[in-house]
Amino acid sequence: MFENLTSRLGTVFDRLKRRGALRESDVDAALREIRVALLEADVALPVVKDFVRGVREKAVGREVLKSVTPGQMVVKIVHDHLVELLGGSHSGLRYGPPPSVILMVGLQGSGKTTTSAKLARRLDRREKKRVLLASLDVQRPAAQEQLATLARQAEVACLPIVAGEDPVAIARRALETARREGFDVVILDTAGRLHIDEALMGELEAVRDLAQPAETLLVADALTGQDAVNVARQFNERIGISGIVLTRMDGDARGGAALSMRTVTGRPIKFVGTGEKLDALDPFHPERMASRILDMGDVVSLVEKVAETVDRDEAERMARRMAKGRFDLNDLRKQLQQMRRMGGMSGILAQLPGIAKMKQQIAKANIDEKMILRQCAIIDSMTPQERRRPEIIHASRKRRIARGSGTQVQDVNKLLKQHRQMQDMLKRAKKAGGIQNLLGRGLPPGMPPH
Amino acid sequence: MAEKRGWLQRLKQGLARSSNSLRERITGVLRRRRLDAEALEELEEALIMADLGVETAAELIAELSRERFGREVEDREIRASLAAAIARILEPVAKPLPVRPEARPQVILVAGVNGVGKTTTIGKLAHRMRTEGRRVMLAACDTFRAAAVEQLRIWGERCGVPVVSGRPGADAAGLAYEALERARREGCEVLLIDTAGRLHNKQALMDELAKIVRVLKKLDPAAPHDVLLVLDATTGQNAHNQVETFRAMVEVTGLVVTKLDGTARGGVVVALARRFGLPVHAIGVGETAEDLQPFAPEAFARALLGLEEETA
Repeated sequence: MFENLTSRLGTVFDRLKRRGALRESDVDAALREIRVALLEADVALPVVKDFVRGVREKAVGREVLKSVTPGQMVVKIVHDHLVELLGGSHSGLRYGPPPSVILMVGLQGSGKTTTSAKLARRLDRREKKRVLLASLDVQRPAAQEQLATLARQAEVACLPIVAGEDPVAIARRALETARREGFDVVILDTAGRLHIDEALMGELEAVRDLAQPAETLLVADALTGQDAVNVARQFNERIGISGIVLTRMDGDARGGAALSMRTVTGRPIKFVGTGEKLDALDPFHPERMASRILDMGDVVSLVEKVAETVDRDEAERMARRMAKGRFDLNDLRKQLQQMRRMGGMSGILAQLPGIAKMKQQIAKANIDEKMILRQCAIIDSMTPQERRRPEIIHASRKRRIARGSGTQVQDVNKLLKQHRQMQDMLKRAKKAGGIQNLLGRGLPPGMPPH
Repeated sequence: MAEKRGWLQRLKQGLARSSNSLRERITGVLRRRRLDAEALEELEEALIMADLGVETAAELIAELSRERFGREVEDREIRASLAAAIARILEPVAKPLPVRPEARPQVILVAGVNGVGKTTTIGKLAHRMRTEGRRVMLAACDTFRAAAVEQLRIWGERCGVPVVSGRPGADAAGLAYEALERARREGCEVLLIDTAGRLHNKQALMDELAKIVRVLKKLDPAAPHDVLLVLDATTGQNAHNQVETFRAMVEVTGLVVTKLDGTARGGVVVALARRFGLPVHAIGVGETAEDLQPFAPEAFARALLGLEEETA
C-alpha cells in the first residue's frame, strides 16, 4: 500500500548505505530526495518540513557521521521518526459505560457507511460485543437503506428506519433502543458533505452533545491530497475527534494522508480499510507500517493473520500426518483454502520483507488469484480414492478430471507435479527432522514450493 | 449569459476555499517586495499545497524566476502571471466531449476509482445531451455496488432516458453488449455506460473493464468511441497513477474532474495536463444536473489563484 513511497525511499537509502563515510552534504542531498518523495506521496507540506528538519537535526549529529555504518544510522533515524509521526504504538478503541457510542464522521465518499458496517462486524466477531448500527444520514438518498443492507450482510443489528426523522431524533432512538435491548456498542453513521459547512458541523455537534460518544472516528480517504490536513484539522477543532480510520488503503495511495492527519490532529490512526469485503478492516500498527514503508516487511502481521485463519486443531492434525510423511491431495486442498482465506498469494507476499522492489516483477508475472480456485476445482473433480492415492491418476482419469473442473490436462499435470514436489520436500524434511520445527514457528504451511 | 455567470459563480465559490488560502499565502509572501530566493521558495510551496505537484510547481517557479528575479513585484502581478502560465498549460486540453453523428450510437464508457462520482457524472451528461435533443440510453454496468443501479435509474427517470440494467452481480460485459444491441435497435444516438468503481491496482476488476471494451468491439469495432476517466478533484498526486493504470488497460480518451465544488483544489489537473495531455471534457461543480460544465482554463487558473473575485 505504500509501494511508491517505499521504492523511492529504497533508492535513496541504497545510495546512502553504499557510502562509507557520510558528509553533511550527503545527508542533505538524501533529505532533499526524501522531501520530494514525501510530497509526491501527498504528505502535507508543513508535515514534510517538520519531518525533514527533525531527521536532519539527528542525522548530522557527530555520532552518526562517525559511526561505522552512517548510512544505516540515517535509515534508522528516518524509521524512528516515521514511527513517531505515525503515532507510536497501536491504540485500540475506548469504551464508555454501555451502550458505548462510536460516532463516525467524515466527508462524502470517504467510506463512512461501509466502515461503520465493517467496524460493527469486527466488534461483534472479535470482541464479542453486541453492536447496534444506526444511520443518521438523512441527506443522501438511500443512505439509510445502504447501511441496513450492509448490516444484514455483516449479520449485525441495525436500527429500523423511520421515515422523516431528523438525525438527533434518530440518535436518541438508537440510544434508547440500545439501553432497552442491552446492546454494548452503538455505532452512529452520520451524513457526509462535499466540504465542511456550517450546517453539517452544527448537526454533528448536536448529535455529539446528545450521544456523548466514547469514540469519535474521522473516516478519511487515503487518496486525498494536500487538503487532508485541512479536513482533519477542521473536524478536530469543531467536533473533537478521538481517532482516525483511513479507507482505501488497498489502493496504491502512498499513504501521505496517514502521515499528515495523524500529525495535524495528534489523534491516532486506529484502523485502516483494506478492501471491499466486510472483514477488510485492520487495526493500524504504526511500528509495522513504518517498517513496511521502509520495506522491512511486516512479518508480525503475517504471522497473526496465519494464526487467525488457520484452524489450530486442523493444523496440528495435519502436522502429525506430515510428520509421518503423509500428504495427500485432501491435505493440499485444505492448504489451498487456507491460502485463499489469508488474502491469496498477493496478500501474503505484500507482507514479506524486501518485496517492494520485486513488486513490479510480481505484478508483471501476473500471479493469478484464480489459480488457487482452479486447483481446488481440479481436486474436487477427483474421486476420494484418487485424492488419497494420486499415483493412480493416469491419462483417461486426467482427461475426466480436466473436463469435470473445466481445465486442461496440463493443469491437472501441473497440480500433480506440484503435489509430488511437496511430498518429496516433506520426505526430505522428515529425514532432517525439521518438520515439527517448521510448523512450530507458525509459518504458513501452505506456501507453494518455489 | 445569466447561466454562464451562474456557473462561474459556482466555480468561484467552489474554488474559493483553496484559492483563498493560496492567495493568502501568496499575498503573505509578496505584498510588495523583492522577488528573491526565499520568496520564490515560499511561492513554490504555496503551489505544492494546492496539489500542483513538486515538478509542476518547480517549473512554474523557474519560469517566474527567469522573468522577474530580483525585481520589485506586487502580489497581484505575480498571481496574474502564474495564472497565465497555468492557463497556457491547460489551454490545449480544454476540449468538449466530441459529438459523433456518424456513430450510431456513440458509445461512451465511463470509468474511475470508487467514490469519484461516475454515476452522478453520467446522470449530468445524460441530462445535458437530452436538452440538446439527442436520444440517449444508459447502461448500468456497475453490477457490484448495491445501490448503483438504483441511483442510475433515478437519474434516468429524471431526464427521461431509458436505463438498461441487470441483476446484482450480473456479468458487466454481457450487460454492455445487450445495451449496445438495444441502443442500436431503438436508434439511440448516445449510449453511456456506467462501470463499477475499481481501485486501479485490482487486476481482476481492471480486466473486467478490458473485457467490456472487447465485447463492445464485437458489435462495433469503433466502440467505445470515448472512454472517460472520472477524477475526484480532492485526489492528490495519486491521480497520476490512476490515469496511468487506466490508460494501460483501456484507451482513455478524456477526463472529467468532479467535486470542484468541494474542497476544490484540483491543482493536480495542471500536472496531469503537462504529463498526459489528455483532454479535460468537463468539470463537476455541484450536485444538480446543470452542474457539469465545460472546462475553461483561464477561469480555472484565475479562480485557483484567487483573481476572479477582484475582476468580477
